[in-house]
Amino acid sequence: MSAVLDQQSATVAADTPIIELRNLSRRFEKKLDFAGKLAKRLGAPVREETVHAVDRVNLSIRKGEVVGLVGESGCGKSTLGRMVAGIMPPSEGTVLWRGQDVRSLNPAEAREAKLRTQMIFQDPYASLNPRMRVEDIVGEAPQFHGLVPARGFDTYVDEQMRRAGLDPAFKKRYPHQFSGGQRQRIGIARALAVKPEFIVCDEAVAALDVSIQAQILNLFMRLRQELDLTYLFISHDLSVVEHLSDRVVIMYLGRVVEQAPAEQVFARANHPYTVSLLSAVPRIEARKRAFTTVQGEIPSPLNPPSGCHFHPRCPHAHERCKVEVPALKEIAPGHFSACHLNDRA
Amino acid sequence: MSDVTLDKAPVAPKEETPFRRFVSEFMASKIAVGGLLVFSIIVVVALLAPWIAPQNPYDLGQIDIMDGRLEPGEVGGSGITHWLGTDDQGRDMLSGIMYGLRISLTVGAGSALIACLVGASLGLLAAYAGGRTDTVIMRLVDLQLSFPTILAALMILAFLGKGIMNVVIALVIVEWAYYARTVRGSALVERRREYIEAAQCLALPTRRILFRHLLPNCLPPLIVVGTIQVARAIALEATLSFLGLGVPITEPSLGLLIANGYEYMLSGKYWISFYPGVALLVTIVSINLMGDHLRDVLNPRLKK
Amino acid sequence: MTATLEVRDLQTHFFTRAGVVKAVDGVSFTVGRGKVLGLVGESGSGKSVTGFSIIGLVDAPGRVVGGQILYQGRNLAKISEEEMRQLRGNRIAMIFQDPMMTLNPVLRVDTQMIETVLAHEKVDRETARQRARDALGMVGIPSPDERLKSYPHQFSGGMRQRVAIAIALLHRPELIIADEPTTALDVTIQGQILAEVQKLAATTGTSLIWITHDLSVVAGLADDIAVMYAGRIVEEGEVSAVLDAPLHPYTVGLIGSVPSRNKRGEPLRQIPGMTPSLLKLPAGCAFRSRCARADEVCLQEPALFDLRPGQRARCFHPHLEEVAA
Repeated sequence: MSAVLDQQSATVAADTPIIELRNLSRRFEKKLDFAGKLAKRLGAPVREETVHAVDRVNLSIRKGEVVGLVGESGCGKSTLGRMVAGIMPPSEGTVLWRGQDVRSLNPAEAREAKLRTQMIFQDPYASLNPRMRVEDIVGEAPQFHGLVPARGFDTYVDEQMRRAGLDPAFKKRYPHQFSGGQRQRIGIARALAVKPEFIVCDEAVAALDVSIQAQILNLFMRLRQELDLTYLFISHDLSVVEHLSDRVVIMYLGRVVEQAPAEQVFARANHPYTVSLLSAVPRIEARKRAFTTVQGEIPSPLNPPSGCHFHPRCPHAHERCKVEVPALKEIAPGHFSACHLNDRA
Repeated sequence: MSDVTLDKAPVAPKEETPFRRFVSEFMASKIAVGGLLVFSIIVVVALLAPWIAPQNPYDLGQIDIMDGRLEPGEVGGSGITHWLGTDDQGRDMLSGIMYGLRISLTVGAGSALIACLVGASLGLLAAYAGGRTDTVIMRLVDLQLSFPTILAALMILAFLGKGIMNVVIALVIVEWAYYARTVRGSALVERRREYIEAAQCLALPTRRILFRHLLPNCLPPLIVVGTIQVARAIALEATLSFLGLGVPITEPSLGLLIANGYEYMLSGKYWISFYPGVALLVTIVSINLMGDHLRDVLNPRLKK
Repeated sequence: MTATLEVRDLQTHFFTRAGVVKAVDGVSFTVGRGKVLGLVGESGSGKSVTGFSIIGLVDAPGRVVGGQILYQGRNLAKISEEEMRQLRGNRIAMIFQDPMMTLNPVLRVDTQMIETVLAHEKVDRETARQRARDALGMVGIPSPDERLKSYPHQFSGGMRQRVAIAIALLHRPELIIADEPTTALDVTIQGQILAEVQKLAATTGTSLIWITHDLSVVAGLADDIAVMYAGRIVEEGEVSAVLDAPLHPYTVGLIGSVPSRNKRGEPLRQIPGMTPSLLKLPAGCAFRSRCARADEVCLQEPALFDLRPGQRARCFHPHLEEVAA
């Protein structure tokens, strides 16, 4: 079964990336309303606030790849996932679908590109419409977009449910009648029903129990093989990402700090943030050990530190880190890191 | 190791659909069931009035002014026993109340329904579109709600003139804002949920997302507000008619019946105002009892 | 070794409309002085209800219906609400997953902490403030004097949890019950809090019950571990014993499904099926339907067997053979 990994590397090299992000940014602005402006005039400490949720991210994903996107809260990984999935417009930069800017596509092509990219969400309770039956949740979009003839509808829905590991006998039921793991399977069946090629998994197993997590992760891996899928797997859980990703991207406060093949990241992490993240992960092999810690808190994205965002917490920070934003540079084949320390060596 | 084994046995038993659970939880309150029972009787009586009422109070041929102001229980000239007495025109009060209920209920429910359609659509739009659309709609709502309801309704009726249709229009204008605000509130919460994002991912058109995904999930609070607003509309219509600005005098609603007997209250002929008042009270209280309990049942915060 | 707390055959049931849910059904364990017990289980296993039962915070329709919770020779299951209030927050403290369960959003941190001190001890306000400041310092909050004047919303999630822990520490309790206190936190922040808690447990001699679904967290923190499934402890023992050589098929499955225990890129070992509904548990072993080893013997209810020194499992077919290999 390890053929899953081998087979990919052979096919990917030639063609263009399935998804490419160029200088993608997303800002959230909190404008002051009338009352706010008035309060400001009167000297209240309010101001218009801007959060750079995603700050000039470049990333290309080849067909068949599994890219793990890791980061802590506020790093912008979910925002990035939503821009890739086409449900949140970027503030700046472009998303290329098979080499074409998605904004330059005509409506039919744009719809096609949107359907080819689907998303699996974190919360198996909030991600299903509580007032729809499973067959409608799964079958609505294929029916609406004419992907399935009216006569074949029932068997089509059955097939989607079975593929996600659900008994089609339950298709008349409502989401609340299912357990967390089963609901996540319904969400997967819904996404697969529109025949996507690319799937964004946003913390798709984070809300599940350990034993159910393994089931869903296995399902993801099986489906990838069966349907030749490409994944952007967003997670805060490094062990999950390590297990199924080919390549790992680490984000911190809106920026990519490191990007490398999975083995590289876990064996030879370069960026100090990645190193501290790896050391902070509790391991089941550990026994009564002293937990190593990264100093300091995650700064507020409203007011990120200057220069390298990680410098206040970094054990190796020097003057340059406080003023200059480090660029993402290739330090080994396929291994990128944004750290000034690499210039010193 | 393969994953082809299907997940069997859902957690909840099959019978437990959301609707059935709602019904069984509603039925758990004796007071609410009592309210529902009383209200159902009132509706049936109103519906069947032409067949069960002793006389048709709108048919002047059946009314004899000589029977005016008969006490409850007296037998009139036409041989009818007037169990609730008659008014100054000689109309049978029981029949008047039955027919009056028809008007009151039609006006109340009809205006609430139209106001609900208008308000819910605007509220939904405000929540989903956001920005300027939201601001304009919600400032209109604020404006509407800052006016005393009675005053606004009086002004509208003074402009439009009397008549059942005009009363309905006036009530819609003063009530829609409640629905708009309610729907916007719950739609703002619901639209941030992931199933809306999922629907966007599936490239479904906005209209479909609004009415098939968002609206059904905003219904519970709307039902609660709707129930209470029906009661409010009935009371408001009664008030307007009492003040002489509502329904025409030939087709009296409960409010007008009360007004008719008002001047005789102190001369001992209490029944002309009293019984229509009781009917109005019972109607409104029964609706409110249902509404209060509905709020408990449909409030997700009170769920365990 | 003296025990701080001994729980014997605890039973907490919820009397719902749909039937009686035996959330905790005969749980027994002992927490030694200065020891950390990891109480591990998935959702619905009864781990949190066990914690709430000890501190007397089970809400209706739930009720402790049987068993003993022995603390200093007293049975906490039988004492009055007033006596419980005296112990709670004083001798026994609880830390919740959501620190806002402890913190009042509209009061300044110093107000809350000083009130907490004064609630159980007769000291003047200045001493109380000192104690509050020391407690904040102990959990690693920088410039505690300044932070005391803040409101909870001015803290980040990790800092709030630290404040909640500081409040729990104010009276130097003998026992702290922590219910998934780091689950909602980021990895680096979780690491910081675990480090602080570990230090505190070692220096103050406070006993700790750490309730979590995450085996990896208790692996590095706890002395003993108890694994719960469907309201019962299915395996207990020393951390190394249970994690290195698990006996119960459920524990074996849980540990096996952790990604780092699997070869990269290969299917994870998984436990089939899902947690049974507590409303209609089948007779016998509750794990039967998901267990590869189950046979007709498992239709009987297994007892918690002493299978190795210091390690017990509720199973007729434990994984004993692995120890030889």
